[in-house]
Amino acid sequence: MISCEKASTICNKKQYKEATLLEQIKFGIHLLFCKACAAFSKKNKKLTILCDKANLHNLSEQEKEKMKVKIELNS
Amino acid sequence: MDSTSIKMTENSLNPASWVDKYADYLFNYAVVRVSDAEIAKDLVQETFLAALKSAKNYQGAASERTWLIAILKRKVIDYYRKINSKKGKAEVRINYSSQSDSAGDWLEENVADPFSTLENDQIENAELGQAIQECISKLPKKQSAVFVMKTIRGLSTEDICNELGINPSNLWVMVHRARTNLMGCLNENWFKL
Repeated sequence: MISCEKASTICNKKQYKEATLLEQIKFGIHLLFCKACAAFSKKNKKLTILCDKANLHNLSEQEKEKMKVKIELNS
Repeated sequence: MDSTSIKMTENSLNPASWVDKYADYLFNYAVVRVSDAEIAKDLVQETFLAALKSAKNYQGAASERTWLIAILKRKVIDYYRKINSKKGKAEVRINYSSQSDSAGDWLEENVADPFSTLENDQIENAELGQAIQECISKLPKKQSAVFVMKTIRGLSTEDICNELGINPSNLWVMVHRARTNLMGCLNENWFKL
């Protein structure tokens, strides 16, 4: 058996498709017994779906640095 | 209201912190509207410069972010004006569908589908993006850095560990905290809307 703490880590890894097969099996068994983790897993999945749906974009650090320099030059 | 409490609600400008605080938020706002990352980046840059120029006109009535968004909104509109300035480009042409199975009633075939929710989806997703971005900006700096790298930029665990100088178990703890915080934040700001 694995602890809830471990289960949550596996759950997070699963969101990024980084959990191994063995981990996923352990996690699946844990979910059968643990209602709290099952609820967390459901919410976590929802968050992943929301993030995918929103199609988020971010500027890279280099681009931000460039902007900072420009702002400083102009202020 | 006495004078001290008015001062409390007044906002001031702090250009040095703009990029860290608002660049991603503004960029996301622009990207969904012009659907081109390069152009969106330029618009954000122009917004910052325009904001600097008119900083003396800022009266503190709105928060810094609201003020910047208002400028960006104008920039987006200007952008569309510019690309449409050549005559005829702004024209919308609707052609009769050349598909063979069309029955021949143009009007009937071009009427909007009342049961379609596809166009709402896009609007909703843009708003969702803003809500998530806002929640991310409320996270502690380390958590948001890890979450952004992992989720939005899609970097591998190894790369992030190297860049931030942490070990993988450290990273997963960070991700976990960021995710639980985000769930709480979105619960309040998104699902209760």
